[in-house]
Amino acid sequence: MSRETLFNAALLLGLLLVPIWALLTDEPFTITLATRAVILALAAAGLNIALGIGGLVSLGHAVFFGIGGYAMGILAHHAQGFTPLMEWPFVIEGTKSMPVIWLLAIVVSALAALVIGLLSLRTTGAYFIMITLAFGQMFYYFAISWSAYGGEDGMSIYVRNDFPGLNTLAPIQFYGLCLALLVVVLVFSARLRRAPFGLSLNAARQVPARLEAVGLDPMRLKLVAFVISGAITGLAGALFADLNRFVSPTMFSWQFSGEIMVLVILGGVGRLFGPVAGAVTFVALEHVLGGLTEFWHIYLGLILLGVVLFARGGITGLIAGREASHD
Amino acid sequence: MTDTVLRTIGICKSFGALQASKDISIDLRPGEIHAIIGPNGAGKSTLIAQICGALKPDAGRVELLGKDITALSTDQRARAGLGRTFQISALAMEDTVLENAVLGALGARGRPWRFWASALGDKDLRHRAEAALERVGLAEARAKRCADLSHGQRRQLEVAVALTLEPKAFVMDEPMAGLGAAGSKDLTGFLDQLRQQAPILLVEHDMDAVFALADRISVLVYGEVIATGSVDQIRTDPRVRDAYLGESA
Repeated sequence: MSRETLFNAALLLGLLLVPIWALLTDEPFTITLATRAVILALAAAGLNIALGIGGLVSLGHAVFFGIGGYAMGILAHHAQGFTPLMEWPFVIEGTKSMPVIWLLAIVVSALAALVIGLLSLRTTGAYFIMITLAFGQMFYYFAISWSAYGGEDGMSIYVRNDFPGLNTLAPIQFYGLCLALLVVVLVFSARLRRAPFGLSLNAARQVPARLEAVGLDPMRLKLVAFVISGAITGLAGALFADLNRFVSPTMFSWQFSGEIMVLVILGGVGRLFGPVAGAVTFVALEHVLGGLTEFWHIYLGLILLGVVLFARGGITGLIAGREASHD
Repeated sequence: MTDTVLRTIGICKSFGALQASKDISIDLRPGEIHAIIGPNGAGKSTLIAQICGALKPDAGRVELLGKDITALSTDQRARAGLGRTFQISALAMEDTVLENAVLGALGARGRPWRFWASALGDKDLRHRAEAALERVGLAEARAKRCADLSHGQRRQLEVAVALTLEPKAFVMDEPMAGLGAAGSKDLTGFLDQLRQQAPILLVEHDMDAVFALADRISVLVYGEVIATGSVDQIRTDPRVRDAYLGESA
């Protein structure tokens, strides 16, 4: 077993054991923190496909996170108010069912990623960053002005949504659900990166000219990667909204796009468990340093600077070394 | 026409006032190596770019197996059967030798849209990739990262990736670039065999290799083909001596 495999296994074991320990010692807040870390890891795992494998520096992933959040918010808002979502040409009711909400979050985020990707992938480098950022701002201000759904104030959802067979109000059960989704996405990512698609996308990031020369269109590969990436981050948004039982335009903010990127860079760009390492570290720092000082972001900034300057593989690279070549 | 595999018909390309290609018509016949030579700035790279699809000609056409491919993009041309190698190795440096070769194999078959099954675990792809590596003598290095390869090995891998495409025609842009005398000689021997599989349009500065390999040579000067002929014809052509080979030939 490589060092990276051991590191990943240790992380996963930690995510399994810490909440159980918290449950036994009756520390529900720790479970909430862990849930937050897992959901952020999921959002970052989405970005890691576009950024890590495809090299797409998207500063607009909050768009998908926000769409996921509002998918949850809007459906649950109508369900709790007993008002239909629309009445013409056919009636659509709101819902409190998580699987339905997740499906909608995934589909709408994927569609948004398709449109944004089609327009922004014509550019590269700084222009790509700027266009994704611009889309993020468009969605942000749209959400602020969308008064039917709370506008600037956002929406509160009074009771967490339902999942068949679970009591999602119990923190540990909701946590288990989120962790299970994270594991599913990580397994999918692990397969994806070794599948023909991942191999091609990885090469598209490194040498687009080679890809064309062997008969592949790098643009289409990157577009599909962007769509998959957006869909996963959208799912994370729906969970995040359910965790807080609250959605607001800040989910669309460019600061949040930056935060997802920080998670990926902190954990190790392109590393399978990089988003997990990044999110766990981020939430831990936020909790520990945030308790000491209001200005904890200064220290986060210093740590990030250290990672970028001295540990290009992020925390994963620091602990597990260079990525093992797979054969 | 059935006796040409690849040809250009009256290709013209200008960049502002500079005419980089002036009415270039060349063809590549089955089983031959057709070398393009010319001094620096003669427009060889521009010609290659138009044949492979990176540049669109202002006028003229490119045909592969009698089919007009002028409107096709680079990747479509590759799938149509054009296998190219780059002057400066264009390989995925972080990936292994085998992964680079598998990429060629899956690209040519247009099969990147698989998200679950392992690429290296695909027997068909792996077999094609390994066969290509075997042929260029890189089988031993298959698990190495490209970044750890010597320059010579990278040149070999360039050729191996093109082999995995099983192309109808090869377009090779200075495959000998940077190779030592021994490496150059090995590759010359290899290309000599390769022409039986598919003809090669060869742009090369190494004159020993060109004279040893080429069935025909076209000389490009200031964007114009000033002569096409056998090695002996080109060696003795006064215009070529004037324009290019100079005193040394």
